[in-house]
Amino acid sequence: MAYAVEIKGIRQKFGEKEVLKGINLKVLKGEIFGLLGPSGAGKTTLVKILTGQLGPSAGSLQFFQGEGRDCRRYGMMMDNFGLYERLSCYDNLKLFARIYGVPNKKIDEILKKVGLEEDRKCPVSKLSKGMRGRLSLARALMHGPKLLFLDEPTSGLDPVTGAWIHNLILGERQRGATIFLTTHNMEEAHKLCGHVALLCQGSIVEYGNPEEICRKYNHQNKLHIRLRDGQCVELPNGKEAAEAVRDYLAEGLVETIHSTEPSLETVFMELTGRRLEEG
Amino acid sequence: MKNVNAVFQKQIKDTLKNKEIFIQFVLFPVMAAVMKNMVKVEGMPENYFVNLFAAMYTGMAPLVAMAAVIAEEKEKNTLRVLMMSGVKPWEYLLGAGSYIWAACMLGAFAFGLLGEYQKGALGAFVLVMGTGILVSVFLGAAIGTISRGQMMATSLTVPVMLVLSFLPMIASFNEKVSAAAKFIYSQQISLLLGKVGSLHLGFENIFIIGANMAAALLVFGYAYKKCGLA
Repeated sequence: MAYAVEIKGIRQKFGEKEVLKGINLKVLKGEIFGLLGPSGAGKTTLVKILTGQLGPSAGSLQFFQGEGRDCRRYGMMMDNFGLYERLSCYDNLKLFARIYGVPNKKIDEILKKVGLEEDRKCPVSKLSKGMRGRLSLARALMHGPKLLFLDEPTSGLDPVTGAWIHNLILGERQRGATIFLTTHNMEEAHKLCGHVALLCQGSIVEYGNPEEICRKYNHQNKLHIRLRDGQCVELPNGKEAAEAVRDYLAEGLVETIHSTEPSLETVFMELTGRRLEEG
Repeated sequence: MKNVNAVFQKQIKDTLKNKEIFIQFVLFPVMAAVMKNMVKVEGMPENYFVNLFAAMYTGMAPLVAMAAVIAEEKEKNTLRVLMMSGVKPWEYLLGAGSYIWAACMLGAFAFGLLGEYQKGALGAFVLVMGTGILVSVFLGAAIGTISRGQMMATSLTVPVMLVLSFLPMIASFNEKVSAAAKFIYSQQISLLLGKVGSLHLGFENIFIIGANMAAALLVFGYAYKKCGLA
């Protein structure tokens, strides 16, 4: 298997407080990987270590089987956007086009891609939070990075902008980029990620494909059927219930039918006793 | 040099839209022009106001501008983004510092024209100011580096700026202050500007300005080692 990122035994201490307690992770090349955890779990600290903003107290990192960390091959969108408030959208991107050696025509292309082509001359100070998020993402994408770090990319954004950003992220995966995403939004992780790791108080408590994790913790394994008369029926999710389900369906009594597999949120609660979106 | 140039060009656009910094570059030349034309006192040395404001400008404008630019970049997280994009700390400092030095040199040239210095005298005037501006840029970089944000940078810059810019003026009225002030580069710049027509650099001038520059670099080195740039 080709890995984009291999994290081995990463620990991070701030004074006496150990924020990361021996993290081991592997991110497959070309996948969207999600690091999930509530605020204060250590997600941003891990991203800072991965992007070279912090040196770990212990442990090692490897990118693309030992290629080393080359800033120009990576793109990054942090929760604090880091945009020049007085400069226009175009001038913000032009600075980084010069740094990355990207031709100026690419600036207009990327502005169009994130839906800011009509605001190209608008100073950042006059943009909404959603527009700033899109501009920050445009900056991260403009040089076609092979590895993207996105720290809470849709946090605090409206659903429309969030969906826009999700489409851009999926587009990047199609291009072949590897995406390392941190979030506390389980729907986002479920929708986008090939693999997720659940981080709580500096430790990985579960790792895997979101669907597989949910199936693994499906202890109840039941079917909930709501009938048209308002009655709720609970049946075991197996062949022994097939006849009863068929009868309900045949008689047209079923209003809704659901299996009881848990969400990432409920798995996280079962493992840690905490909610993912706890502040 | 690509990254240095990118930072330099960004700084040009940003400063033109940043009134607080822009005013630093034009305030003193404008004040000197106004005072030179409005105030005429018998027995006042030729170009008194031009030289006085030029020395104050040397100790104030580059110091304030450099500290404010770095502190704002740190506070707004833009400096970290630059570093993460492959810009080296020295490239950023060279880009921002050379821009501020160049912008202040335009002011120095304006002072020279205002003083009606010509040819060699104009060159000497601009050279003396350029040396002082360079020391102030280093000091401003040290303050900006050690500051976590603009508020802290302002708190640190104001006392340093007041000492550097007002000491030459106070020294011209008080001999005791003058005796102590001569160890500060802005006073040396003021003294040299006063005799720029017949400029002769003595060992004392060169030694004090050189020692001040070395001290400014040491302070910057300490600040950088302690706090880093981003």
